[in-house]
Amino acid sequence: MVSRPHGGRLVDRTVSPRRAERLVEEAKELPGIELSPGLAADVANIAHGVYSPLEGFLVQEDYLSVLDDMRLGNDIPWTIPIVLDVDPSEITGVREGDDIALYYGGKPLALMRVEEIYGWDKREYAAKVFKTTDPGHPGVRKTLKRKELLIGGPIDLVSEIPEPFEKYRLWPKETRVLFELRGWKTIAAFQTRNVPHLGHEYVQKAALTFTDGLFINPLVGWKKPGDYRDEVIVEAYQALIKHYYPRDSVVFSVLRMEMRYAGPREAIHHAIVRKNYGATHFIVGRDHAGVGDYYGPYEAWDLFKEFPDLGITPLFVREAFYCKKCGQMVNEKICPHPEEYRVRISGTKLREMIKRGEKPPEYMMRPEVAEVILRHPNPFITEDEAENPR
Amino acid sequence: MEQQRRTRYTTVSIPVTLYERIKRLIEGTGFTSVSQFVTYVLREVVAEMEEEKLRSEAVTEEEKRAIIERLRRLGYL
Ligand SMILES: [Zn+2]
Repeated sequence: MVSRPHGGRLVDRTVSPRRAERLVEEAKELPGIELSPGLAADVANIAHGVYSPLEGFLVQEDYLSVLDDMRLGNDIPWTIPIVLDVDPSEITGVREGDDIALYYGGKPLALMRVEEIYGWDKREYAAKVFKTTDPGHPGVRKTLKRKELLIGGPIDLVSEIPEPFEKYRLWPKETRVLFELRGWKTIAAFQTRNVPHLGHEYVQKAALTFTDGLFINPLVGWKKPGDYRDEVIVEAYQALIKHYYPRDSVVFSVLRMEMRYAGPREAIHHAIVRKNYGATHFIVGRDHAGVGDYYGPYEAWDLFKEFPDLGITPLFVREAFYCKKCGQMVNEKICPHPEEYRVRISGTKLREMIKRGEKPPEYMMRPEVAEVILRHPNPFITEDEAENPR
Repeated sequence: MEQQRRTRYTTVSIPVTLYERIKRLIEGTGFTSVSQFVTYVLREVVAEMEEEKLRSEAVTEEEKRAIIERLRRLGYL
C-alpha cells in the first residue's frame, strides 16, 4: 500500500482544458502578478498535490502557526511556510476576496483568490525557519530580499510551467499509479541536490534491501552557487542507474522545488512531499538540507521525534565511508575499525577534483558517473546565475 | 521585532487513575508532562484515523488510463 497523502486527500487544483480556456480569458480582466521561477514551481506543486493538504499560499493564521509550532492551523505537520510575497504596488486596488492572475514568463499560470493580504517579519521568518538571521546563510539572504507583503489564498492552475526535464517529471498522481502497478508496498524516497557518489549509492541500496522500491527524486531549480547544475545531476543519475541499479526496483523523477537550506525543518518538508508522492519511507542522511555549520550533523533526526503524526517513516542512515579493513563501503554502526582504515568521501574534495578536470578514484565515484560530469565544461552554478535566476 | 505569540491550549478531562498511570510511565523519559505525552499519543492516533477516513477517492478509470499511457510513453512501464 503506497502511503496516504498528507492530510488524507491528494489536492488537485488543476482544471480541465475547457475550464482553463475560460479562466485564461477571465485572467485578462484581472490584476496580474509575474512570478519568480521558484514561486511558479510552488504554484505547480500546490496544484498537483505535491504540497497536499495546501490548496494555495498560506493565510496568516497558518503562516504564524507554521513559524511557531511547525503545524498548520488545523494541527497538521508543516514546517516550511509556502508564501507568496508581493510589493504593495503590484496589488494596488486589490482587496481581500478579489481574484488575481498569476503569470510566469508573461503567460497566465494560475488564478488566485486573495483571501488575505498581510505583513510579515522577514527576520522572524529567518530566525524560526533557518534558526539564524545571518545573511551569510543562503536561505536567509534570499528571504531578506523578498517583498514586503504576503498574500494567501487558493489557486487554480491554468497552464503548466515549462520543464526542460519533462521526460523525468512525474506528479504524485502518476507515481502513485506507477508504484501500485509495480506492486510496491514499501517505497524508500531519496532526496538529493547532488551528483551521486558511492556513499549515496550505499545509502540508497541499504534502504532498497528492505523496501520494495527506491524513489530517487532530485530537486531541480534554484540552488546556491557551487552546487551542481540540474542537467549534471540528472545525467549523472541516469548513468548510475543504467550501470548499477536493477531497473525494476527504481523510479527516477525530478521535482522542481527550490532548496531552502533550512536543515531540520526542511528535512521534515522533504519527507512530507515524498509522502504525497506515495513513498512510505524517507531517507534522512547526515546534515540533511544543511549548509555550512548552521545545523548539527544529526539535528534533523531529532526533529522527526516531534512528529508522531507525520505518516512517513524516516530512515536514519549514517554517513557511509570506505573501510580498507572491511574492504567495502560501511558506516560507523557496522565497522569496528579505527579511523586510519577509513576513507571518507568528502563532497568538497570531489568538487575540487572535478573542477580540476580530474577523474575521482573509483572508491569515491563510479567511472561512468564521473565521465558524464566531466563532459560538462562547467558543472557548477555560478554566483551570477544564483543571484539572477531565470 | 519578535512578536509574542503563544500556542493556545484547552483542557480535557481524563480519569485521575489514568493520569497517575501516565505520570509514572513517563518518568525518566523525554516527556516532561502528562499533557505533552497525551498530545503526542493523540496526534499519532488522530492522524492515522483521519487519513483513513479521508482516504482519497482513487483516480477515475479514465484518468488512470491516461496516466498509464503517459508512463508507458516515458518508459517507466
Ligand atoms: Zn571496517
